[in-house]
Amino acid sequence: MNPVSAIRVSGLMKRFRATQALDGVSLDIRPGEFFGLLGPNGAGKTTLISILAGLTRADAGTASVMGHDVVRDYRAARRALGVVPQELVYDPFFNVRETLAIQSGYYGLRHNDDWIDEVMHHLALAPHADKNTQSLSGGMKRRLLVAQALVHKPPVIVLDEPTAGVDVELRRSLWDFIAGLNREGHTILLTTHYLEEAEALCGRIAMLKHGRIVACDTTRRLLQHTNEHCAQLRVDAEALPAPWQARLQRDADGSLRFDFSDYAELENLLADLRGAGVRITELHLHEPDLEDVFTDIMQRA
Amino acid sequence: MSGFPALFYKEMLRFWKVVVQTVVAPVVTALLYLLIFSHVLEEHVEVFPGVSYTAFLVPGLVMMSMLQNAFSNSSSSLIQSKMQGNIVFVLLPPLSYLEFFLAYLGAAVIRGLVVGLGVWAVTLWFAPPQMPHPGWLLAFSLLSCGILGAVGIIAGIWAEKYDQLAAFQNFLILPLTFLSGVFYSIHSLPPFWQAVSHFNPVFYLIDGFRYAFVGQSDADPWLGLLVGGACFVAISAFTLALLKSGYKLRH
Ligand SMILES: Nc1ncnc2c1ncn2[C@@H]1O[C@H](COP(=O)(O)OP(=O)(O)OP(=O)(O)O)[C@@H](O)[C@H]1O
Ligand SMILES: [Mg+2]
Repeated sequence: MNPVSAIRVSGLMKRFRATQALDGVSLDIRPGEFFGLLGPNGAGKTTLISILAGLTRADAGTASVMGHDVVRDYRAARRALGVVPQELVYDPFFNVRETLAIQSGYYGLRHNDDWIDEVMHHLALAPHADKNTQSLSGGMKRRLLVAQALVHKPPVIVLDEPTAGVDVELRRSLWDFIAGLNREGHTILLTTHYLEEAEALCGRIAMLKHGRIVACDTTRRLLQHTNEHCAQLRVDAEALPAPWQARLQRDADGSLRFDFSDYAELENLLADLRGAGVRITELHLHEPDLEDVFTDIMQRA
Repeated sequence: MSGFPALFYKEMLRFWKVVVQTVVAPVVTALLYLLIFSHVLEEHVEVFPGVSYTAFLVPGLVMMSMLQNAFSNSSSSLIQSKMQGNIVFVLLPPLSYLEFFLAYLGAAVIRGLVVGLGVWAVTLWFAPPQMPHPGWLLAFSLLSCGILGAVGIIAGIWAEKYDQLAAFQNFLILPLTFLSGVFYSIHSLPPFWQAVSHFNPVFYLIDGFRYAFVGQSDADPWLGLLVGGACFVAISAFTLALLKSGYKLRH
């Protein structure tokens, strides 16, 4: 028997008047994965999350969370899911602690103070516990949204751009906290436009464009997708060995750029330079990162 | 029903935090009506034999305040949550549509009753307390707040902007309450409008409620109970169907 998927969607279609927001999306995310969902603005990421959360109904296809269909078995599916919405929303009638206690209550949790305190601590909200939500800064409101999504310790956590507007230090502590939850077995689905975040955190990544999945693989394999390396170097001589003159481009600042796909080429270059008595004064290697891969995949798709 | 208490509590806390606006203000408004109308009309109008105009007016004002505030509680809570986007906080958890309905309805009924009690308390200065039929009082206040609380849920879900809600209030709720015998007995109306009033369910609610106070009414309170009960059941069923369908809440 197959183990139950944490998130499973199949053949999802969703149309908003003229826009086909989702055009046949299928995904299978296993329990315990840290999964990234990337795509340009309007690709359909939030629409997909809204369908999982029951905020939007799909035109066709099915979605389930921990094996519970999000329409037929909506109560079990929602209990298993914690969602940080993309929009910065808050209820101005309440303070931080009230907000979290009330949100716990919606899941039937009455005595949740220990966990609420812990979540507030990790999200640096504890000093603001008695502040009205209206008086929180944008980044604090975002962290409160994260806290609200976690009050019921959901096995599956979906974060729709959770770090937009959060400062560097708190972003790091937020990710430490989320990564810790992931190590404890929580499944994480993340969307973000900060690709270095996705690269560092996600084990697997799907890329979405115009409502279709255009790539879905482990982060490691995606990074191997392009083998375009680049070396930036400076030398103490004007003239280069003849065969290399055409391969190296001189940049505006006088440094030389060498694009290659195989490290043997770099070795040959270095050997020839040494043979010709040219001394290297500076050398930087640029490895392809997720941003290069992303740009490349989006252009081709 | 695991999430119901929290949603009910949240709705109660919401209006209680702004109690000046949600309870004190409507009581003051009702007091102003009472001062003006009873001052102008006390000498000239006797609706039921042996009942002063002020004694006639008080139950109408209490009822009108309850109706308007029960409606206002559920409708404004919902439209504010929708406009501010924090409606997702109640859409994401596993709350059933029945829990959703009962929580918004319950808070609307409580707000209506609290305001009604407040209005009644201040009117005690002007009309000596009398209450021949407290059972009818309870029945008609619960029924009325329930009906208008449910209508408020419908309006709050339907309206997309504040002005749409205001239109709902000005063109439906206000005429229905004003034209149902708050300030006069329908027997003082021309026969045509008298007949029309009998199709206004709010007329039966106010009339039955007044019966509890002064022991006299235009229509039989049992008929009022029947009309009110049928209205409540029909409107609740409609509201539940609306919530179940996800109309305007879930795309
Ligand atoms: N409620 C709606 N009504 C009409 N169109 C919508 C609605 N929600 C989304 N869309 C459209 O569906 C498409 C996908 O939107 P979606 O919000 O899922 O994108 P996204 O990938 O989350 O983008 P972003 O990175 O900007 O958050 C867009 O073209 C958007 O305009
Ligand atoms: Mg989005």
